[in-house]
Order: sequence, then structure tokens, then C-alpha cells
Amino acid sequence: MVIGLGHYLTVAAVLFTLGVFGIFINRKNVIVILMSIELILLAVNINMVAFSTHLNDIVGQIFAMLILTVAAAEAAIGLAILVVFFRNRGSIAVEDVNMMRG
Amino acid sequence: MTVTAAFFYLFATITIASGFMVIASRNPVQSVLFLILAFVNAAGLFLMMGAEFLAMILVIVYVGAVAVLFLFVVMMLDVDFAALRQGFLQYLPIGGLIGAIFLLELILVVGAYAIDPGLVRSPAVPIPAPDVMTNTEALGQVLYTRYFYFFQAAGLILLVAMIGAIVLTLRERVGVRRQDISKQNARTQETAVEVRKVPFRQGI
Repeated sequence: MVIGLGHYLTVAAVLFTLGVFGIFINRKNVIVILMSIELILLAVNINMVAFSTHLNDIVGQIFAMLILTVAAAEAAIGLAILVVFFRNRGSIAVEDVNMMRG
Repeated sequence: MTVTAAFFYLFATITIASGFMVIASRNPVQSVLFLILAFVNAAGLFLMMGAEFLAMILVIVYVGAVAVLFLFVVMMLDVDFAALRQGFLQYLPIGGLIGAIFLLELILVVGAYAIDPGLVRSPAVPIPAPDVMTNTEALGQVLYTRYFYFFQAAGLILLVAMIGAIVLTLRERVGVRRQDISKQNARTQETAVEVRKVPFRQGI
């Protein structure tokens, strides 16, 4: 039983779907939505590394590292916004995000 | 080869199961802990693919920094998480439908893809054999030369994120006495000290 590219891509696809699904079913909880975004980025990273090793090209791993950087920055900014929002409104429910009447 | 397959299925199963628990768990603290488990097992998958440096970076950055940040925020905010679970079942059908469509499409892509043979023959930067150069060394030789501007841009992104997070969460508390050095230095003897002649038996 040889573990090939398809196996890793399937794992990444399932993880990506779980992330999208998590955004839908946790519509109210911003923290879980942020965690779902992390799951989606992890799935993308698995794809990048899988293709990198399959095509014998190290550039995919470089880009996976850049995605990791952006994911870390996004988590930091997202959580900072969340903390400020909680301080102002006393809640983190997504429905309460209507200050700008958008 | 059987051992490889066994480890792959172990890591993959735990990754997917904990990914599911992240979105399905009732308690957000448990969600964060399952997220950590998912990342550790994804690092195991990376190791099996031969990306050792990225696997270690994943453990250090995600488990060491991002997940702990999540944990801090979840524990710091006094949120009624039970109220946020309302409507969980309401969104389940539409979410499940969209998720199923997504998964079906992705599986179809995975099952039917074909890679251009020219791509396999001509990689941009081929991965050196493990006995010639370690994965970390190979990554560094590409990242610091060919993708140097990308590296700098990543550093700028992190700088902007750091400044943004600090500026967003910094608040001026009212009623707190703070030291103001420039104000202190601007005081002269004339404004600070006053010499008065106190009349006898009258006071000031």
C-alpha cells in the first residue's frame, strides 16, 4: 500500500471542508470561526507541501512558510479586534456586529 | 511500507477527527485543545512527506504561539458560550449541504487530476537528496537568495500585525497617574518653588 499524493490531498480536502462547515454551523461564535479559518489554512499548507514533495520542488515549502506567516499575523489581528470588540460591546456574537449599520 | 501506511492513517485520522471536534465541541477551550492536537498531527504528516523544517515550525508557531493566543483570549473574555450555541441546529442543514457539495467537488478534483509531465521533469528548485543537504539548509538556500523579497515582505507583514495588535488593544485608562517625563523636565524653579514670607501668628 503506497501512500501517494492523492492520500494527502484527500486529507487536505476533508480538513478544508471541515473548516468551511465550521464557519457555517458556528455562525455566532467568532472564536470558533477564527479557528475554522486556521483549519482551512492548515489544509492549504498540507496541499502545498504534498505537491512540493511530489513534484520534487522546494518552492512549495517556501510558500507554505509564507502562508504560515500570514496565518499567524491574521490570528493576532483577529484576536486583537475581538478583544477590542468585547470591551466595547460586552459580547462577541456576530449578530451584534452592526455598529456601522452595514 | 506498511509502517508508513499505518503512520499515515494514524496521523490523518487523528487530524481529521480533532478538526471535527474543533468545530463541534461545546466548550471553546476544548476546541482550542483539539486545534492543538490537529496541528501536532499535521506536523506528523509534514514529517512523513519530508518537510521536517515546516513540521517543526508548525509545532512552534501554531502550538507555541497561535493556539496559546487563542487560549488566552477564550479564557480572558467572560462570554456566555452557551448562548452562542443557540441556532447550532438551525444552520446545520445548510452548512451540511454546502460542506457536502464542497467535499464532493474536491474529491472529484483529487480523483481526476493529472499533472503535466513537464512539471515533474523541470522543477524550479529541486529538493536535494537528504544525504547531501538537510531540509532546513535547502530551504534556507532558496529562501534567502531567490525569494529574499518574499522573506522581507513576510517580515513586514509580521511587523504590521504586531503594531496593529498593540495599537488596537492599548487603552488610556482614565484616573491613572502616569509619569510624564517631558512635563517634569519642563518645570523650572520659578514654576515649582514659591518662597513666601509667612507673617507671624497668621499663617498662610
